[in-house]
Amino acid sequence: MSSVLYDAQGPRAKRRNVILTIAFVVAVAALMWWVIGTLQDKQQLDWEKWKPFLSGTEAWSTYIWPGLENTLKAAALSMIIALPLGAVLGISRLSDHVWVRVPAAVIVEFFRAIPVLVLMIFGLALYSEYTNVSSDDRPLYAVVTGLVLYNAAVLAEIVRAGILALPKGQSEAALAIGLTKGQTMRTILLPQAVTAMLPAIVSQIVVIVKDTALGGGVLTFPDLIAAVSPMSSYYGANVIASFTVVALIFIAINFALTSFASWLERRLRRGKKSTGAVLKADDAAIAGSAATGAGSGV
Amino acid sequence: MFDFLEGYDLLGAFWVTVQLTLLSAVGSLIWGTLLAAMRVGPVPLMRGFGTAYVNIVRNIPLTVIILFTSLGLNQTLGATMGAANNFETLNFRLAVLGLVAYTSAFVCEALRSGINTVPVGQAEAARAIGLKFSQVLTLVVLPQAFRSVVGPMANVLIALTKNTTVAAAIGVAEAALLMKEMIENEAQLILISAVFAFGFVCLTLPTGLILGWVGKKVAVKR
Repeated sequence: MSSVLYDAQGPRAKRRNVILTIAFVVAVAALMWWVIGTLQDKQQLDWEKWKPFLSGTEAWSTYIWPGLENTLKAAALSMIIALPLGAVLGISRLSDHVWVRVPAAVIVEFFRAIPVLVLMIFGLALYSEYTNVSSDDRPLYAVVTGLVLYNAAVLAEIVRAGILALPKGQSEAALAIGLTKGQTMRTILLPQAVTAMLPAIVSQIVVIVKDTALGGGVLTFPDLIAAVSPMSSYYGANVIASFTVVALIFIAINFALTSFASWLERRLRRGKKSTGAVLKADDAAIAGSAATGAGSGV
Repeated sequence: MFDFLEGYDLLGAFWVTVQLTLLSAVGSLIWGTLLAAMRVGPVPLMRGFGTAYVNIVRNIPLTVIILFTSLGLNQTLGATMGAANNFETLNFRLAVLGLVAYTSAFVCEALRSGINTVPVGQAEAARAIGLKFSQVLTLVVLPQAFRSVVGPMANVLIALTKNTTVAAAIGVAEAALLMKEMIENEAQLILISAVFAFGFVCLTLPTGLILGWVGKKVAVKR
């Protein structure tokens, strides 16, 4: 790391670093002082406001767990439905037949170009107008629909990139020993591609977990975010405390997933059995499809 | 066929979307570059700060950040962003603040990956002729890094365009909020959705195509 941009440092550079460090500490301390002062001013640091989370389980069992359960339920459902859809779309895009390849490409590029929220709003109205899904279930259906449509398209790109990342000799050898195109895909390419794209898929779960929050923020899905308002009004306007707890939960879940993804990536790269094709964990938007570079975890 | 559009300011809503996108893009480019400079710099404390910022911010849903700017920063802590009496301006500025805070983490990561593509020899040569760290970074490394990250940056910009819809959560009158309103009031669900989908495709598709082309043009041939 240190060799790329700077050498081992001499006395002048060391002195300058100390000065920079002190300046930075002073700047951050001033900011913290102002933040803490404001928080105290608005009584947001009182023990009363933080007590519900730190002692007793009522806040957790009434507000946080049910919300978290819905968040995770929506994320899990979306992932389970989107994965096979994405695999089908991704493989279709690699088809030799134009009438399969082009429609798949159009579907993928279309859904990647549209915000998830727009898809969710569409889903909500769709279910209330054309189906008899009860109004309690509708937000969950809408959230899952939006997430599935978007993430199937992103996963399709991951699957496609995973297959394209394999050495060409794999499919050539398979065809040479007389396997059909379908057999080559099923028995040779897909199993290896799945390993190669595991890190990217795990990273995509992070995006899904984050996007479920749209359901609570804009639709009326009773997830972890939706729990903030009732919780903070019940415990005496502890908005800052509630947001902190919710944010920490998200950070914990997503940080664990991100770390798992990069551990997987490192492990797969080290492995000797594989072909060496591994998709990067933090980059779902690989390999072409120049038009709409969605994904990439943003 | 399209008379349901009457009485709604469709172009105005998309104009707000564009404004949100451009302002947040400029803001997060500046803050993201600073973060990237901190993350690759020689001062350990700044490196730690940059790493912590990126890892914390990109793991929080944008919805939480945007809602926090309104419910937390404004309504609880009383931050007014210089627009105390004008709710529209206030929410708009809060949304830009949230989008900048969130997007800059991704800009930082994209830039950092660009810095990693610059060969070590470039920086070594720059140091050998006596440039300081700040000069190495601004004169030699960053110009090359920027040229190699046009593609990833385009992805971040497209994602940002789509993420501006989250501002609907705090009532900024952009496209997604108008879409929600129109769907509640009008009958043509499919048509309305198609119009808004088309609008976003018009915003994101050219961005990707143009920046993809620019990226190929300016990339450093090695």
